[in-house]
Amino acid sequence: MTPPRTNQTPRMPDSTLPAPSPAIRLRGIDKSFGAVRANRGAELEVVRGEIHALVGENGAGKSTLMRILSGMYTPDAGSMEVEGRDVTGWSTAEAIAAGVGMVHQHFMLVPTLTVAENVVLGSEITRGLVLDRAAAEKAVHDLSARTGLLVPADRLVSELSVGEAQRVEILKTLYRGARILVLDEPTAVLSPFEVRELWQVLRGLRDAGGTVVLITHKLDEVIEVSDAITVMRQGSTVTRMPTSGATPQAIARAMVGRDVALALDAGYTGGGALAPGATEALLQVRDLSVAGRRSAAAAVDRVSFSIAPGEILGIAGVEGNGQTELVEALAGLSAASGAILLGEHDLVPLGVRERGDLGLSHIPEDRHERGLVLDYSIADNLVLGQQHRFTKGATLDRARILDNARRLIAAYDIRPTDPSVAARALSGGNQQKIVIAREMSRDFRVLLAAQPTRGVDVGAIEFIHARLREARDQGKAVLLVSADLAEVLALSDRVAVMYGGRIVAVLPRAEATPDTLGAYMTGAERAA
Amino acid sequence: MSAVTAKSPRWAAIEEAVLPPLVALLLAMVVGDVLILTFGQSPGAVFKLLLEGTWGNAYGFGQVLYKATTLVFTGLAVGLGLRAGLFNIGAESQLAAGGFVAAMVGLLLPAGVPALLCLPIFILAAALGGGVVGAVPGVLKARFGAHEVIVTIMLNFIVLALLNYLTSNKVHVPDTLHTAELKSGALPRLGDFAEPFHGSAANVVILLAILSAVGLGWFLFRTRSGFELRAVGLQPKSAEYAGVNVPSVTWRALAMSGAIAGLGGLNYVLGYKHYYEEGFATGAGFLGIAVALVGRSHPIGIVLAALLFATLSQGGLAVNALVPKQMVDVLQAVVIIAVATSVPEVRRLLRGARRSAE
Amino acid sequence: MNVLDFAAQTLRIAVPYLLAAAGGVLSERAGLVGLSLEGYMLGGAFCAAVGSYAAGSPWAGVAAAVAGGALLAYLYAVSSIRFRGDQVVVGIAINLLAVGLTRFFLRLIFDSSSNSPRIPGFTVKGSGTGFGALLQNPLVWVGLVVIPLTAWLLYRTPFGLRVRAVGEHPVAAASVGVPVARVRYLAVLLSGVLAGLAGAYLALDQHQFTDSMTNGRGFIALAATIFGRWDPVRAGLACLLFAAAETLQIQLQGTNVIPSQFVEMIPYVLTIIALAGVVGRAVQPAALGKTTTE
Repeated sequence: MTPPRTNQTPRMPDSTLPAPSPAIRLRGIDKSFGAVRANRGAELEVVRGEIHALVGENGAGKSTLMRILSGMYTPDAGSMEVEGRDVTGWSTAEAIAAGVGMVHQHFMLVPTLTVAENVVLGSEITRGLVLDRAAAEKAVHDLSARTGLLVPADRLVSELSVGEAQRVEILKTLYRGARILVLDEPTAVLSPFEVRELWQVLRGLRDAGGTVVLITHKLDEVIEVSDAITVMRQGSTVTRMPTSGATPQAIARAMVGRDVALALDAGYTGGGALAPGATEALLQVRDLSVAGRRSAAAAVDRVSFSIAPGEILGIAGVEGNGQTELVEALAGLSAASGAILLGEHDLVPLGVRERGDLGLSHIPEDRHERGLVLDYSIADNLVLGQQHRFTKGATLDRARILDNARRLIAAYDIRPTDPSVAARALSGGNQQKIVIAREMSRDFRVLLAAQPTRGVDVGAIEFIHARLREARDQGKAVLLVSADLAEVLALSDRVAVMYGGRIVAVLPRAEATPDTLGAYMTGAERAA
Repeated sequence: MSAVTAKSPRWAAIEEAVLPPLVALLLAMVVGDVLILTFGQSPGAVFKLLLEGTWGNAYGFGQVLYKATTLVFTGLAVGLGLRAGLFNIGAESQLAAGGFVAAMVGLLLPAGVPALLCLPIFILAAALGGGVVGAVPGVLKARFGAHEVIVTIMLNFIVLALLNYLTSNKVHVPDTLHTAELKSGALPRLGDFAEPFHGSAANVVILLAILSAVGLGWFLFRTRSGFELRAVGLQPKSAEYAGVNVPSVTWRALAMSGAIAGLGGLNYVLGYKHYYEEGFATGAGFLGIAVALVGRSHPIGIVLAALLFATLSQGGLAVNALVPKQMVDVLQAVVIIAVATSVPEVRRLLRGARRSAE
Repeated sequence: MNVLDFAAQTLRIAVPYLLAAAGGVLSERAGLVGLSLEGYMLGGAFCAAVGSYAAGSPWAGVAAAVAGGALLAYLYAVSSIRFRGDQVVVGIAINLLAVGLTRFFLRLIFDSSSNSPRIPGFTVKGSGTGFGALLQNPLVWVGLVVIPLTAWLLYRTPFGLRVRAVGEHPVAAASVGVPVARVRYLAVLLSGVLAGLAGAYLALDQHQFTDSMTNGRGFIALAATIFGRWDPVRAGLACLLFAAAETLQIQLQGTNVIPSQFVEMIPYVLTIIALAGVVGRAVQPAALGKTTTE
């Protein structure tokens, strides 16, 4: 299963001196979580004093590999070297002591502690038996001054903005003397301005002799800031290349394992029978707003759009720009203001079940959190949300539930085929098929499909895409939300871009290209 | 479809459900042996006496049945809560409240009403008494997110103090801690039908306990409401996605749980003493937790676990001549700790073993 | 009764609450539910009786109580941290275990099902109920300093910082190398020691151990922990408030102004009100009661 070693990949231009040991060398790393193989024979080599981009699609195993490097996970197999020393299977404490610091995608900050307390936690400065608060705050100030990462040392972390919290995370690693800094998707939550600031800080660290590993799946970032690139796909390392001379196309090709442009052209099959806008919209959303959970800013900010029958509207955007909240509000899972019209019905005052009965179907973003009850059988999961339609008086109609299960298991090729098996025992692809089968087999007019192919294998992706097109061709209105731009482009008849909780552009498919969408997705451009 | 093999997921689930209680029992036996030996007795003799004094004669067995009856009710109450993802620690006060309200009804009913006629009234009264006490933490949880563990614990003290106040100040028979006897509605003891049971407290309320277990099983695993309640317990966010009103299920589940515990009050008030007495519920709530835990929150498991814990309680009295009866208090606690710790541990070990076998 | 006597009586009642609540704050701030304070306290009281009786010195009783409380706390910690048992279940079982063990050994050692023989205590017999007599008892002094000491430990020392971190976001603490399990073990052991001291105070003050003599005091300490919103100083004030209410009730006994049962309810009613958020919502440590995977 190990991919061919990429010995031929171009090495960094080097002097004639014997090469010093690299900052990081990971070899043949395997790591499984239950049935999921997150890493299989993954490799990574990072030279001292470079910014190294670790790229790949969602689920390619980048974060797992870096958590192994930072000591949070122990690898099942493989060897790890840091600055020439064998460190296979070390602990977080050892990694920190050796100068490896990791900034996680989900911040590892204690919200009820102050910035200074978070920075020193685990490596406290003491005066006698007592914490030296003044020294801690001074250390934060000094680091701030040196790096340009400004944070209020005495504030509670719960009061910080996301950008400030990230600065605290970086300061935390620097305070511990990190010479190798790993950042996991650091820009996912940042504004363009904050991103530029971050690049400056990272370049400064590199120029001072530090090594940076940047996990990302955004190609513009890779080109802009990195010196070298390692591409991962399905848990394995595909290739390693210097950034100079790399093109986004070449990187993308390595990431998805096929020619993107080709895939897109082949994927999009044109609209259904009805031209967009030709008929009355099936789903109309007007001025929909959802309050933000953490900040005062709205998570969804006066969003309006409509979808015609026989149309797929794709929503593109960097994750965390309000897509999740938008879908949850449409489905009735969170409170919202504004209007959601399905035909002539306003859905806003209605609950989840009433919306479903009016013809709203929903493939949720997270099948484990929302879409399935993992300890319920396949059969029970195939009626989840429609249990009120499978009753005989107060009791559930077991015969019909089983009948329904047999039919859908066959039609959607769900494996294993025994309807009494718990959903937990199934692979991710088969779990997602349960959700798809259930939501596409009910009587619906509008389909909300959020990340419908996340974490499923290639075969299942093709299958799910075909079902979505089928729904469109039957005259349903489909809202597709996906972090995978290729997927949005392969399926959508129109593409809307969300940025900062708003829809900043709606483009007809013909005008939507990775370049045009990218500009809107990063906030660089806003349509009128 | 292929036959269910030893490696099927269903078999694995059964293994994971049944093994921890067995491990726990084994551990309890070991601890019991140690305690018996510290008292200078022979474990074999003590356990033999324990069995003889419980399942070995009709009176002892009757006492076991009587104690098990109450524990079935509190066990079912706790088990229902656990199925909904809620920890009801208030079964003791719910049980007491159910008994108290039933006793009050019994004081109000005129004498001579046939038992069958007033039985539904008593059932309603007991369920109402316990249900109201259960609904309070339910509503506080659903409305304010107040953690039901703390609220039910605190409510135990509040309700028991209130009942003590009412009993000792308003309705007690002078110089006692109990109320006057019911005027009508008292139910027969098993001894009235079968002579060997004579003197034991076992009574026909045991039928109501069995009926409740069957009913709860039907509700949990056959009805739509049960389907939704279990979904809330397993994955509240998925239940919400499936159109279930989670706060509403939360408070209903706790109210229902309280009502079931309240029914247990009939065992004492209607079947045994025919009056309410302070402290009759003491300990039954915590033991209900043990019963639900060992019974894996399944009605059949709960009935069996209730018999086990009732046997231990009664057995303590039987062996008191050899070792202090308090030994069984220790054993009960050991069983609870062992089950609580062995459930995750056994699952981990089983899954590890299965993985390496693949 | 004058004000001084009232204050002395309140303090006398408050000492075990203060000790156990300080333990409750430490345990819960580290993320472990403090349901078993009652059990530690009862175990501590019994060990104090045995120690004091056997050695003829109350100090031996104190030492034994510390060991007994810590032992039960260790059992709780191992069960819920190492074996990942449900904290609520294990916590309750520890209480049942304490009741069972103390009864069993009461029979075994003192051959009684109700109480131990008279044991040496700190206070001199017949020295009255005022401050003078009270302050002869070193455990009263411990009770007086335990709250400021706990606040100092929690807010001023590295250990306290780690306790607050592991109870709120254990994964974050682990990611910077804080040994989460070890911090939790220590916090729970401390709570066992403190609640054990509370038990020692009860037994030595009454010069004997009686069956189930803690009588819910551990739960009142837990109520104070929650009513004090997991802050040592506020929890300490809650203890004093609850103790003052009891003192008042004792004063009013026989006058029938307020039935004693209603005074008993006060701590619990206040705690439920605090939890329901009627006056300033009590927000518990985020990781309280959660089993962590390490």
